[in-house]
Amino acid sequence: MRGPQSQPQPPGQSGPAGANAPQSPQVPARLVACPDCDLLHKLTPHEPATLLCSRCGAVLHRHKPDSVARSLALTLTALILFVLSNSFPFLAIKSGGLVQETTLLTGIRELWKQELQGLSCLVLFTCVLVPLVQMIGLLYILAPLQWGRRPALHAARVFRLVQEVAPWGMMEVFMIGILVALVKLGHMATIVPGVSVFSFGVLIFVMAGAYSSLDAPLLWDRLDLRR
Amino acid sequence: MNVRPSTARQLGLINCHDCHLLVDADQARTHARCPRCGARLHLRKPNSLARTWALVWAAIVLIVPANVLPITVTITLGAKQADTIMSGVIYFMQTGSWEIAVVIFVASIFVPFAKLSILIFLLLSVRFRSAWRPKDRTTLYRLTELVGRWSMVDIYVVTILVALVKLGAVAAIEAGPAAVYFAAVVVLTMFAAESFDPRLMWDVVEEDV
Repeated sequence: MRGPQSQPQPPGQSGPAGANAPQSPQVPARLVACPDCDLLHKLTPHEPATLLCSRCGAVLHRHKPDSVARSLALTLTALILFVLSNSFPFLAIKSGGLVQETTLLTGIRELWKQELQGLSCLVLFTCVLVPLVQMIGLLYILAPLQWGRRPALHAARVFRLVQEVAPWGMMEVFMIGILVALVKLGHMATIVPGVSVFSFGVLIFVMAGAYSSLDAPLLWDRLDLRR
Repeated sequence: MNVRPSTARQLGLINCHDCHLLVDADQARTHARCPRCGARLHLRKPNSLARTWALVWAAIVLIVPANVLPITVTITLGAKQADTIMSGVIYFMQTGSWEIAVVIFVASIFVPFAKLSILIFLLLSVRFRSAWRPKDRTTLYRLTELVGRWSMVDIYVVTILVALVKLGAVAAIEAGPAAVYFAAVVVLTMFAAESFDPRLMWDVVEEDV
């Protein structure tokens, strides 16, 4: 693993967020630009736990202990819970003698059958495909790093994909949807929450944990295959 | 800070959108890709203002049918009842589940309108080269980016209801036309927030100093 020095200093550029401070390109600190306001900051090896942009307050760097191991563990857990959540019904509805169970996937199929292909695809995409890509992608990136191997083939691209699809993974929003539907249907029929509701409930917290323990700048450094 | 702050742009550096590597703009000619992660490099998000305006306008057009047309149609023992987003909120309030009414109101009505208003405000502030509280405007931007996804709640509720309630002749729930419009509004505003570049607000402030 290469240290924070691995990022080349751009030639002829000055350093510590000061335009008129010339310096040699070999400083063991690196520059980061704030993604929200473009201000340059010098990132020294002895940073405080959290570095905020001095101008707009964006989080530039946050120290995360054991980032790779923790994210990997949480992602694995998430994947198991995800399989559980999709294998069992999340709600059963009882009315008269009729009992009806729905899993996430049969719900999506039901929408498709009712000529709502667009919505059906949207739900499939945001609640099944994107989370799956996120989890498998993270495992693919993290596992080799955890066991000290070289980064997997195209790992940087995979990480880029994982970050780009992240806003579209909406399992936690879906969870709120389940709760609202529970209350709404409670007036009409007897609703029995299934196994899947509980595994889903845990899954969203595990997934949030996996993402928040991810140290993106560190990962980018380690996935850097230049040279 | 005792020295005048400098930005990546002023020093001829491009901050990669995806991996935040700083790349020399001279080395990165147009359409160059980031040497580390392979993302396309742009000094600012391409055509940010035009794209965001287009998406915002599209969302404004669609938000009308989304709120006027029924989002669900409930059929109970042959009787049809159409509900718009707002009448759903009122129904929850009347049946006493005011928490749910608040969730639906905030997610489906307040957030989309607030998000569109904020985006229009930010777009206009760049357009008129406003120097007013750039830090607070950046915070507003981060907020819109963060909160937009929660509007999807209503779509999921409809999905679950439609998939679940088909009890033969007793009761059935169908998705109304507004469901599709509303989903489109949510997706469009998410893209709009993503295509807006908050650094433009700071560029304008710096240029006018």
